[in-house]
Amino acid sequence: MAAKTGAVERLVGSYNAWATNGASSAPTWLKELRAGGIARFGDLGFPNMKQEAWRFTSVAPIAEGSFEQATPPARIPPLDDIRPFLLLEAGYRLVFVDGFFQPSLSTPFFDDVQSLAHVVTHRQDLVRQYLGKYAATQDRPFSALNTAFVSDGAFVHVPAKATLAEPIQLLFLASGRPVVTHPRNLVVLEREARASIVETYASLSEGAYWTNSVTEIVVGEAARVDYHRVQRESPSAYHVAATQTHQGRDSTVNVHTVAFGAALARHDIGAVMAGPGGTLILNGLYLLAGQQHADHHTTIDHAADHCQSHEYFNGVLDDKSRGVFTGRIIVRPGAQKTDSKQTNNNLLLSPDAHADSQPQLEIYADDVKCTHGSTVGPLDPRALFYLRSRGIGEHEAQRLMTYGFAAEILGRMEVAPLRAQLDGIVRRRLAEQ
Amino acid sequence: MLEVKGLRVAVAGTEILKGVDLMIGEGEVHAIMGPNGSGKSTLAQVLAGHPAYTVLAGTAKYEGKDLLDLKPEERARAGVFLAFQYPVEIRGITNSYFLRSALNALRRERGEAELDPIDFLQFLEQKLKAIGWDDSMMNRPVNEGFSGGEKKRNEILQLAVLEPRLAILDETDSGLDIDALKTVAETVNTLRAPNRSFLIVTHYQRLLNYITPDVVHVLADGRIVKSGGPELAQELEARGYDWLRDGAMVS
Repeated sequence: MAAKTGAVERLVGSYNAWATNGASSAPTWLKELRAGGIARFGDLGFPNMKQEAWRFTSVAPIAEGSFEQATPPARIPPLDDIRPFLLLEAGYRLVFVDGFFQPSLSTPFFDDVQSLAHVVTHRQDLVRQYLGKYAATQDRPFSALNTAFVSDGAFVHVPAKATLAEPIQLLFLASGRPVVTHPRNLVVLEREARASIVETYASLSEGAYWTNSVTEIVVGEAARVDYHRVQRESPSAYHVAATQTHQGRDSTVNVHTVAFGAALARHDIGAVMAGPGGTLILNGLYLLAGQQHADHHTTIDHAADHCQSHEYFNGVLDDKSRGVFTGRIIVRPGAQKTDSKQTNNNLLLSPDAHADSQPQLEIYADDVKCTHGSTVGPLDPRALFYLRSRGIGEHEAQRLMTYGFAAEILGRMEVAPLRAQLDGIVRRRLAEQ
Repeated sequence: MLEVKGLRVAVAGTEILKGVDLMIGEGEVHAIMGPNGSGKSTLAQVLAGHPAYTVLAGTAKYEGKDLLDLKPEERARAGVFLAFQYPVEIRGITNSYFLRSALNALRRERGEAELDPIDFLQFLEQKLKAIGWDDSMMNRPVNEGFSGGEKKRNEILQLAVLEPRLAILDETDSGLDIDALKTVAETVNTLRAPNRSFLIVTHYQRLLNYITPDVVHVLADGRIVKSGGPELAQELEARGYDWLRDGAMVS
């Protein structure tokens, strides 16, 4: 507790020093946003396991980690070093190292695909309209902390009826220095716009560091976003993140998320279906080994009628790893004809692996269809025999079935180069077993 | 081809097969009929190597090899195939990928080159036609969301692709409508060959209207109590199984 209190004081102190020095040139509204964030974080402090939302995940190692606020990296990696993380040679991309935008590695598009730090001054009215309006900070200490340190991140704006043909890549690289970064991303699709986005977190070297990111995605009427998130941080890193979507009527939001990395990862995904006729897919995979711990906390808020949400999360857990999944679904009064389906399947590859799966349905409307199901267990022996009876060896059959658990999730992604990249990672991970 | 002698098998401590003797020659089609709980499916599964069954006594020689000593995958590679009564779903693995993996496992065993996805699709085309499918079924996960009939057809597709030497069909006819039954029978009849034998486990005589067996056996209470020609199936259809239950009349 003392360590945690100390950590809060240190972070507040670090904020105060930054606010009076580096951050003092910011516009007033942004300063106020930040001040609200640090005040909230100061009140909340680090979460503890007595809190319902954190009962399976201890953040003590983060609080005790004494991570300093990141300074600009001394060395910009050459393009060759980041190539393994890139999806396409061409296309728009924004690259960040330790949270700092790297123009030399990036291919922005005017003020529509740009660093947040740039548009905060150049498109102030637009940014101000959305930034911090969607990601909750009231009961979210990490999002509050991120808000306190809002300075850079990715900004994507797609004007009405525009379609971006190629996926936009947002690449957040860690140098491996023991620092904390607070990437803040804002994605806005105006009505009938369409875009595909891939947000990747990766590390250039092994090292213990802390990423605390927040992404807000606002999707207008009849717009469609395919948003992909790949977490492949260093195996000793800490990764805390919130992704919040807010969608208008008749819009489509597909969120795909994959967690391979970090010693400890917590990802809160919130989705508000604010207008009727919306469609939402949350499609997630966590593939863990060693002593990795990954906690996914999803909240789907059916605030309007005639919306459908499908949620699929698969976990593959080896060694002493632990996966936590909480799937909360709220159907508000009046959200009639809601069609909501949730599944969470966990594959335990070792007797020491562990999975917690908690569906939380809160239904306040009467004409709705909500189903949920979860499984936790080893490979199905019947399926194993079925494969072996076709001539496939036992070890290969196990690998095939494990791969299938991951492939089921990856198969829903429409960006072919991303699917290929992730498929390669999964195959390499399984080959190591 | 297959010679089973005095086979006694238990599952979860209960003896199901109590001394089965069975000889299947090359190119022969044998049918095993019998009431529910007689041990028909146990016989099929134990020959394929299902790990839930314990062999208490007896032998099963397949082409001179001791079948019961082989792992399930080794049996498959030696040419034994079981069409499952309840085919299993494999999440995330497409039918096409599964079938190609299986075929390539057998091809490796025979020292043949593996087929890449393109060669495989060509090879598959005619097999699919035979069961009245296009390749849309191949891009779906194995048996996931398949109807009962589709699952059974999928078993027969695997039979056609893997071209085993000994094919065991475990109640493949159960739950099939008449059209699907005919398709299954036609595919089996096409595959009948001098070097390929069939063991057809069925509860109903219906399938045997379309596949004429060489020998029909009746399994009751863990033993083969009667064997005969195709006319035995007709007799069972007319008289039921009750007249055979008590007597151990092996003809």
